[in-house]
Amino acid sequence: MRYVIIGAGVAGISAVEAIRSVDSDGEIIMVSDDPYGYYSRPGLAYYLTGELEDKALFPRTKEHYQKLNFNFLKARVTRILRSDHAVLVDGKSKLVYNKLLIAVGARAMPLGVAGANLEGVVKLDHLADAKHILKLAKRGKTLLARGMKVNYLLRGDRYWSNVLDKHESHVVEERLTEEGVVLHHKAELKEVIGKKGHVVGAMLVDGRTLKCDMLAYAVGISPCMELMEETNLAKDRGLLVNEHLQTTDLDIYAAGDVAQVYDPLSGKSALDSLWSPAHEQGRVAGWNMAGRKAAYLKSAPFNVTRLAGLTTTIIGTVGRGKDEDLIGIARGDSETWRELPEAIIAQSGFDVNHMRLMVGEKTLVGAILMGDQTLSWPLQKMIAGKADISSIREQIMATDAPLADLVAQFWMTWRTEEAL
Amino acid sequence: MALLNIFKNNSSKHNVLATGHVISESSRCVQCGICSYNCPIGIDVRAHVWRDEAVKHSECLTCGECVARCPRGVLRFAQTDLFVRSKE
Repeated sequence: MRYVIIGAGVAGISAVEAIRSVDSDGEIIMVSDDPYGYYSRPGLAYYLTGELEDKALFPRTKEHYQKLNFNFLKARVTRILRSDHAVLVDGKSKLVYNKLLIAVGARAMPLGVAGANLEGVVKLDHLADAKHILKLAKRGKTLLARGMKVNYLLRGDRYWSNVLDKHESHVVEERLTEEGVVLHHKAELKEVIGKKGHVVGAMLVDGRTLKCDMLAYAVGISPCMELMEETNLAKDRGLLVNEHLQTTDLDIYAAGDVAQVYDPLSGKSALDSLWSPAHEQGRVAGWNMAGRKAAYLKSAPFNVTRLAGLTTTIIGTVGRGKDEDLIGIARGDSETWRELPEAIIAQSGFDVNHMRLMVGEKTLVGAILMGDQTLSWPLQKMIAGKADISSIREQIMATDAPLADLVAQFWMTWRTEEAL
Repeated sequence: MALLNIFKNNSSKHNVLATGHVISESSRCVQCGICSYNCPIGIDVRAHVWRDEAVKHSECLTCGECVARCPRGVLRFAQTDLFVRSKE
């Protein structure tokens, strides 16, 4: 039995581990052209802020890999040859598989304006990008701390408008402003202006020009679909897979950011660009590839992120509609966060200590916590576990309800009953 | 007041030093490595979290560096209960 895995991200690595947990003899070959192999991509943000050194981003040692007993091929898969049960490596050699996992991830959407290729126009997809940014910024704690003046262009009228509510956007924007970031709302980039091959400014659609030495863009990501073009595998925005992570070719699986996974509970196929689903999908794909039948069940999406230095947890469904700043879905994003919930909103807290609950008929369907994170873990469990909150629903909905206390009290009883 | 008491069993460092250890919620973890990077005695905290295991390491000082620095709230203190074997 030979397993071939394309991609060295978290989905690929967890698939290798899962395969090995079932099949100790099968040959596993991972193929990736990422010069750095497997590392924590979410950790790149902390590398940029100087909280981490680059070498700390690598969760595995050589010994770990040796134990897993798989081969790593630093190369590029250029085609999938379904009828031969093989992939074409670097355009020349055939590598035959019995089971194939496509875990090639997603990448930043291109900027799509004139001048986008100038030196100094940067994105943050890979470790190589982060190193490039630091090289340009000459290494500092944060770009702003380095004395750089930062202009932030937003297409819409507020920050992350389809996930955060007006108040939450305002909190984030106010903090950015306090830090010296200049926000430009409804600002659309028309062209990047260069001189001798290097960016020197940004021209906006409204005619204004901002001088700059670096222009960073983050307008969403999209699954890397080039390999799928000639395969006839069913696809939508990502590669479509069933709950066993199988594509329409039952020997080909997909997991992670490239996979658009069928959710039997909602009947829909959704993209995620989160670490934890990629980890779990890789595991489920690996088990199935090795013969252990397992289904991936999407849990309430969850992410913890820092918005202008403010720790923010987003759980379940909290927003609606479309964010004008994003073409795809943002990195660390989940489409479920924007599904219109049949829910009423209850809120509490003040600027840097804020909680918003999305209250369904009998359960909480989503929550945002900014600042104090004491309740983050309980809320994640309550939402994912669909805790019946009927007993406190009326109290939660009351004007000026002590939300945090109500949730905390409920949690203590519920966790005992559920024996969590 | 409930909020203040919510983790009363594990919030006191005093207790933890005597009888506790660091536990994790691995679904929150993105393996960034800030925990391992900041451990003063070099325990690979991140690897424990990946395996969904408590940091039951004989050399762990329960100093709390990893708990405090984790940007995603993955780690917490819990009291060791010698008589109950649970994931926590």
